[in-house]
Amino acid sequence: MRIFFIYKIVFLIACFSITTGWAKTITVCNTCDITSLKKAIAVAEAEDTIFIKEGTYKEFNIIVDKPLIIKGENFPVIDGEDKGEIIRITADGVTIDGLFIINVGTSYTSDHAAIRVVRSEDFLIQNVVLEKLFFGIYLEKSNNGKVYHNKIIGDAQDEYNSGNGIQLWYCKNVVVDRNIVQKTRDGIYLEFSDNITINNNISTENLRYGLHFMFSNDDVYTNNTFENNGAGVAVMFSKRIKMLNNTFHKNWGTAAFGLLLKEINDAEISGNTFEENTVGINIEGSNRITYHKNNFIRNGYAVKVLGACYTNVFENNNFLYNSFDISYNSRINDNVFVNNYWSSYTGYDLDRDGIGDIPYRPVKLFSYIVNRTPETIILMRSLFIDIIDFSEKVSPVFTPDNLVDERPKMKKIE
Amino acid sequence: MFKILKYSFFDLIRSRWSYVYLFFYLTLGFVLLFLNNDLSKAVITLMNVIIILVPLIGTIFGVMYYYDSKEFTELLLAQPVKRASIFLGQYLGVAISLSLSLLIGLGLPFVLYGLFQSSAIWDFVLLLVTGTFLTLIFTGLAFNIALYNENKIKGFSYAILLWLFMAVIYDGLFLMSLILLEEYPLDTFSIGATLFNPIDLSRILILLKLDISALLGYTGAVFQKFFGTGLGFLMALSALALWVALPLLNIYRKSRKKDF
Amino acid sequence: MIHIENLYKSFGKNKVLEGIDLSISEKGIFAILGPNGSGKTTLIKSILGMVIPDSGTISLNGNSIKNKWNYRNEIDYLPQIANFPSNLTVRELIKMIKDLRNLPGEDEQLIELFKLSPFLNKKLSNLSGGTKQKVNLVLTLMFDSPLIILDEPTTGLDPIALLHLKNLIIQEKAKGKTILITSHIMSFVEEMADQIVFLLEGKVYFKGDIKTLLTQTNEPNFERAIANLLTEQNV
Repeated sequence: MRIFFIYKIVFLIACFSITTGWAKTITVCNTCDITSLKKAIAVAEAEDTIFIKEGTYKEFNIIVDKPLIIKGENFPVIDGEDKGEIIRITADGVTIDGLFIINVGTSYTSDHAAIRVVRSEDFLIQNVVLEKLFFGIYLEKSNNGKVYHNKIIGDAQDEYNSGNGIQLWYCKNVVVDRNIVQKTRDGIYLEFSDNITINNNISTENLRYGLHFMFSNDDVYTNNTFENNGAGVAVMFSKRIKMLNNTFHKNWGTAAFGLLLKEINDAEISGNTFEENTVGINIEGSNRITYHKNNFIRNGYAVKVLGACYTNVFENNNFLYNSFDISYNSRINDNVFVNNYWSSYTGYDLDRDGIGDIPYRPVKLFSYIVNRTPETIILMRSLFIDIIDFSEKVSPVFTPDNLVDERPKMKKIE
Repeated sequence: MFKILKYSFFDLIRSRWSYVYLFFYLTLGFVLLFLNNDLSKAVITLMNVIIILVPLIGTIFGVMYYYDSKEFTELLLAQPVKRASIFLGQYLGVAISLSLSLLIGLGLPFVLYGLFQSSAIWDFVLLLVTGTFLTLIFTGLAFNIALYNENKIKGFSYAILLWLFMAVIYDGLFLMSLILLEEYPLDTFSIGATLFNPIDLSRILILLKLDISALLGYTGAVFQKFFGTGLGFLMALSALALWVALPLLNIYRKSRKKDF
Repeated sequence: MIHIENLYKSFGKNKVLEGIDLSISEKGIFAILGPNGSGKTTLIKSILGMVIPDSGTISLNGNSIKNKWNYRNEIDYLPQIANFPSNLTVRELIKMIKDLRNLPGEDEQLIELFKLSPFLNKKLSNLSGGTKQKVNLVLTLMFDSPLIILDEPTTGLDPIALLHLKNLIIQEKAKGKTILITSHIMSFVEEMADQIVFLLEGKVYFKGDIKTLLTQTNEPNFERAIANLLTEQNV
């Protein structure tokens, strides 16, 4: 006990002396002794703070190879002049804070980034603004870091010559929180990255996906907003992803969806809102997923199921005013729909237990017709279509006859 | 013409049928709102009802009024009044009183349920615009049918047939031709085919509002242009206006030649 | 005043008027007679522009009536079957016709004459046939047009009303008007008419006064003379 106490004191003193005694602050400004970040890094020692004053610094290929705190005052501009990568972090424990980085060079051969972290740990990138970029923040084989409260505004026109806003490649235990990403290729892209937490980000107007998972497992994303992207979120070839309380809004277009699931297993999708997307969730070959307490509002298709999907459970979701609630392309159904609220349910509740007395069939015959001949969509809401939908409802021929919600809720689930 | 319109209108305002129609819409509005207590949902249900029911009521009522007011017409024909104004006046009398029943009958319950505070207000306005268009169109078509058929029973049958064709059969044929021709590019054909049916046109207007997300899922470039821009809305509206004008022109033409 | 030339009209296969030539230039009462289906009503309706002739011309005071409507300001017309918009009251109907014609109209006197005041606020659908005919007469005779056309004016009238009607017609004649009447009541025609126009098979078969008719047919009285015309047709 006593020994522990002594250790603690020694440790405190050590900490104190590092911050006041040995570590120093190097100031960079246009009229200072040191006028460039590169030079400051060269003269700095580990644990020093580099303080950059307001101004424009035309630099690129800056390599941060020791644990430094690089902090800007009033967002000093680091202008890469389109010459290539701007900052590369190759040491552990680096903090970048409050910079305005512009003009990352576009290349077809190497992925130039505004800030690249390579094989480093405990990094913190915060309050950084990126504009005119190729790739934004690129984390490569780096773990235990945090990307917090950055603003990344791209000007992507075409997929082939644009980069991603935040990219994680072979990373673990990284937190991506409160960032704003716009007009890049993929807003946030994860490849082979596990245990990543992505919270409170706003990803909009990206060319491809707002958020994209490839071969990444055990990740969580919560409270994010995805709006007006080519598609909101794509989760592919990944396991055990948790998707909670996100908003997927207005992802419109021919191949647009709020959420795309492809070869996904054991995921949890809860409390999300899918509003006005061409397809709310597009599911291909995904199994053992629970959909719980999600809101599907005014989508073209709330849920579109393609290919073999087994043992998925849809429970306590609200399906409100979607053109099609569920669309299937096969006659086989191994998924469970129960206790959902369907705004187009027309049944009654005589025993007043809040559960409709007759089951609801969420798949319409018309959705099959549209799958087969897409132009027929122009006949939606026609009386003739209502009649054939009704006859299919009474005696299912084309739609899976066990695809029913046996316990449809009478009231919207709050 | 405005004198005739005035008298036809007052005549109709006093007829039992206008009240039945008004009462029907009031009931429909209140019942829907009572059952749903949700304006948006009630508006969607109404849209489905309106595009079928308004044409039916428009045709039946139009034909009925024409035959019923035959004596009135003959009385007017002997008066120093222009022929065309008699029929156009009567037509407007029916169309306006039906439209008013629709506007008041549906407007009242929705306003009482807090329409002005609701986001559904534009959907509802669109609903009323479409309903009015359909009333004008189908009353006009009904007058045409009646002008060509002295026989009341025949006139009624044709009116019902017209409605049945436009509301159901047309779309059935449309769907079949789309499926049969599915190997060919069909966007232009399918958009063209809707222009020939005012019920389909109204449906398109409603789709543009309610189902735009689904419509944009289809890849055809013509569809994209039609639905994705204001073009579809404008085209549908102008086609509807044309559908109002053409039967009227024919009423004008036919009424100059007809014997009484 | 009225000049009709070569008027043809058929309804489908049914040829109704086959070349009517008729000229009425003098004032007075003209009875248009003929068997059922001879084209009396069609002729009248052609003059009124309610029936559009296949060929031929009708002119009033020298002007063709084709595609015109203003000339109807000069005509008072009593239709054969008095059916009116059923939702209106008598008062409203009278007001409406006055409004349409943009003329004041002397309805007060006529209403009093036919004792219609108790019915003024009743709907037309609730009136008896005779009362309707009285209303019909009021509507027609309340204006002061130079040409009056009466299609079966006596239908449904009680003797007193009939007497009033006759007086009215005589009054109008005295004002120097041209009055066309169709009727099946021969005594009425005989009493009122100055000239007879007899239509047969869509043509004017006879036109002239009663005296001429009697001499031409060699019959002692009017009714027989008419019957003679009808049987001659069969011969």
